[in-house]
Amino acid sequence: MPREYTPKVITANALLEGDVVYLTDADTWTRHLAEAAILTDEADAVFRLLTAQSRTAEVVDVYLAEVSTDMGTPSPTHFREEFRRNGPSNYHHGKQAELS
Amino acid sequence: MYTYSEFDAAFVAERNRQFRSQVARRVDGSLTEEEFKPLRLMNGLYLQLHAYMLRVAIPYGTLDSRKMRRLAMVADRWDKGYGHFTTRQNIQFNWPKLAEVPDILDSLGEVQMHAIQTSGNTIRNVTADHFAGAAADEVADPRPIAELIRQWSTDHPEFQALPRKFKVAVTGSPMDRAVTLAHDIGLRIVQRGQDIGYQVLVGGGLGRTPMIGKVLHDFLPEEDLLSYLEAVVSVWNSIGRRDNKFKSRIKITVHEHGIEDIRARVEARYALIRPAFTGIDQQVLGAIRADFAAPEFRQGPTDAYDAARAADPVFRAWADTNLSEHRVPGYAIVSISLKAHGETPGDATGAQMRVMADLAERYGHDELRISHEQNVILPHVHKSDLPAVHAALREARLATANIGLISDIIACPGMDYCALATARSIPIAQEIALRFDALKLEHEIGEMKIKISGCINACGHHHVGHIGILGLDRAGVESYQITIGGDGGPDAQLGDRTGPGFAAEDIVPAIEKIMLAYLDLRTDESETFLAAYRRVGMDPFKAALYGAAKAARPVKIKAKPHVPA
Repeated sequence: MPREYTPKVITANALLEGDVVYLTDADTWTRHLAEAAILTDEADAVFRLLTAQSRTAEVVDVYLAEVSTDMGTPSPTHFREEFRRNGPSNYHHGKQAELS
Repeated sequence: MYTYSEFDAAFVAERNRQFRSQVARRVDGSLTEEEFKPLRLMNGLYLQLHAYMLRVAIPYGTLDSRKMRRLAMVADRWDKGYGHFTTRQNIQFNWPKLAEVPDILDSLGEVQMHAIQTSGNTIRNVTADHFAGAAADEVADPRPIAELIRQWSTDHPEFQALPRKFKVAVTGSPMDRAVTLAHDIGLRIVQRGQDIGYQVLVGGGLGRTPMIGKVLHDFLPEEDLLSYLEAVVSVWNSIGRRDNKFKSRIKITVHEHGIEDIRARVEARYALIRPAFTGIDQQVLGAIRADFAAPEFRQGPTDAYDAARAADPVFRAWADTNLSEHRVPGYAIVSISLKAHGETPGDATGAQMRVMADLAERYGHDELRISHEQNVILPHVHKSDLPAVHAALREARLATANIGLISDIIACPGMDYCALATARSIPIAQEIALRFDALKLEHEIGEMKIKISGCINACGHHHVGHIGILGLDRAGVESYQITIGGDGGPDAQLGDRTGPGFAAEDIVPAIEKIMLAYLDLRTDESETFLAAYRRVGMDPFKAALYGAAKAARPVKIKAKPHVPA
């Protein structure tokens, strides 16, 4: 039986601002993980990753990040991705400040 | 302080102009990230977790009020109002926007600062004793030679694509405050009779394979130093391992070839290139030395200092921990702690930077230093001015009396910022400082250097901490390994691992257990933690951490470095 493909999102850093972005269903970039496209099919994920990686005028360091989903909302499964979603823990800077 | 020649100013301006054009071409799409990345790294620009990060060089940690004010201005105008001083005496800005970096660099260029060679496989910012030119125990000021090395290494055509980065540290004092034994090259200015010479150490370094440097040359005359350095870097550049990033540093080259073989190769190369050094470097050094002439120290009574000491216990506590002996009677070296309990080690706001600049200008012969321990130094303050300095520092929340104590922690940025990190460092440092402040044990414990790294690359120098903490990712959870008994001083030693690591919520209690065990077993207050550890060994601390049963198991000693095959 094939291994189950765990859900992923495509994430990167914006070229100009350097902040964390996620790819949406409409193939645009969002600053909010909640708006990211959740990819559950491996072939689709790999194809969209390659396409996203070719958008070098917009983003840097594109990769697939593992997420868990609850009612269709993605959450990070690793603490690194949690920090990327929120910002640093020593100051109220980054996404946590911009989104609040 | 060294001031740029016309050549220096033109060189930096030209580099900034080139970088501005490179950024523009990256933004308009004519450069790919693969093409652009090495260019931005050559100019100190990284991309981290949440934003770009610009690392600005503070050569040998020396700056004046004008430069400090400019750093404050950069922090306020282009960043989020603060900067982070690093263990390599640099400053990092954590939030610049790509398109604005050329403006930042131009602004820094106006005050003779830059970010060149703060990254990449080049010779990095030369670090030095932060008490240089002021310490009572100093043989000679290390900054002139550090400046000569900076000039020689900046844009050196042979050394722009080295096997890996290369770090040089210089001390002019036997009380090595520059961790020379943990650098690719460490230089120690030493005196033999009337003669001044250089002890050259090679192959030290921390990171995944920590090594203590070895003596390559015991006493090198000054006029031969630069050519000898060139020979060392040249030998490593040709035989250093480019096949494996983890084996590319000179410490591995020295380890694999042996110090005798390296010495023979260096001597051979040196014989070849020495004639090309016709003495111009010595002329340049002479001119540099004039730039570092000591300030005109004033003579005067220190009654105001004595009176403040007697009258104000807060001032006295600060004076006891944060002042060091100056070579000139009536003067003191002031260490300004950037480690207020609960704050981020090494961070200063723009406003705080301006306060420190003002104090340097008014009371400190316009000199400031950044220490590798992430504090700021006013190297020359007359004792009669100390009460005023202290009052101003207090106002700016810069008067924490904790230099050399348990809350004076080195911490790398860790996973709060760094893309390489495997765990966070800053919150651990904050919690330890707050915990021991609450316990009111800080002064009771006495001398204690805790150093925290958020990954194996060891920017937080954890191997040479009296207590070292290494943050790792263990199956998706932050986990912290403890080493004890490390020392970054003149007889540097690597710490020994206590055993299994601790979860984030258990690490502060673990440090507390070690400290309580120490307080329990020390002979008296004069026996420091390090001395006690040397006397009793690991077992009592292991027992405190893991219980008596586990303590019986042998300790993994890391003193002998393991080089993976």
